Amino acid sequence: MKHNLTALIAGLLFGAGLTISTMVDPARVLGFLDILGAWDPTLAFVMLGGIAVYLPGYHFLIKPRQSTLLAGDFHVPQKKGVDKPLLIGSTLFGIGWGLSGICPGPGLANLSGGLPAIWVFVLCMLLGMLVASKLK
Amino acid sequence: MENIYIQALMGGGLIGVASLLLMLFNGRVAGVSGITHGAITSLAPANWWRWLFLVGLIIAPLITALFGYGLPTSMPVGLPQLAIAGLIVGVGTHYGSGCTSGHGICGIGRLSKRSLVATLTFMLSAIVTVAVINHVIG
Repeated sequence: MKHNLTALIAGLLFGAGLTISTMVDPARVLGFLDILGAWDPTLAFVMLGGIAVYLPGYHFLIKPRQSTLLAGDFHVPQKKGVDKPLLIGSTLFGIGWGLSGICPGPGLANLSGGLPAIWVFVLCMLLGMLVASKLK
Repeated sequence: MENIYIQALMGGGLIGVASLLLMLFNGRVAGVSGITHGAITSLAPANWWRWLFLVGLIIAPLITALFGYGLPTSMPVGLPQLAIAGLIVGVGTHYGSGCTSGHGICGIGRLSKRSLVATLTFMLSAIVTVAVINHVIG
């Protein structure tokens, strides 16, 4: 049961980070992606902050361990090479992200804001995931 | 916070801490698209951690709002565009095995070549999409 609690806490901190960093604001995301317009560099700092914590944390705290703090296994993706699905999928994701300024985390975090429009995005995203996994 | 860049850096750091905790305790990559797809395909108890992560993610802004960090009150694009974007994001993140969090932070943090390539690909594709909308069509 403990791992359910730690997942909840991780989700809370993750959502707090997305909100505090302003990554939840699609208008700001679109400003970041618009390098030919009035470019807003803010979101580069979000990624920088995330990697600055995760990279050393992963290499010094996790890599040396055989099992998790709750004595479970680490589930790290084992695929190594770059393949077609990775490139095509990432290209598609970028198009959707550029059309809306919304990626999955901020899309879900926005659900508690009560805007009906975000439900349209999230429900279509879930549908897209289910369709893709059926076709794959 | 007076400086938006410092605020973004702090928020990003918090995302890093959250992702690290999920790996350290649960042994899982904090990739939102992967967790979401995993959640909606099973309600089994072994899958509850995914649902709880998402519950935390969704209610977190209600808590940060108490400290002045809230959600946007409008969306910059219309419903048809949101619907199409949502569909493409869903399909793309599933085929591409990840999104901004799983590839952009956790994958790059592990120094995964796949994630670095994926991140550069979706960043470039998003930048081109916005450039076409704002400066070619618009």
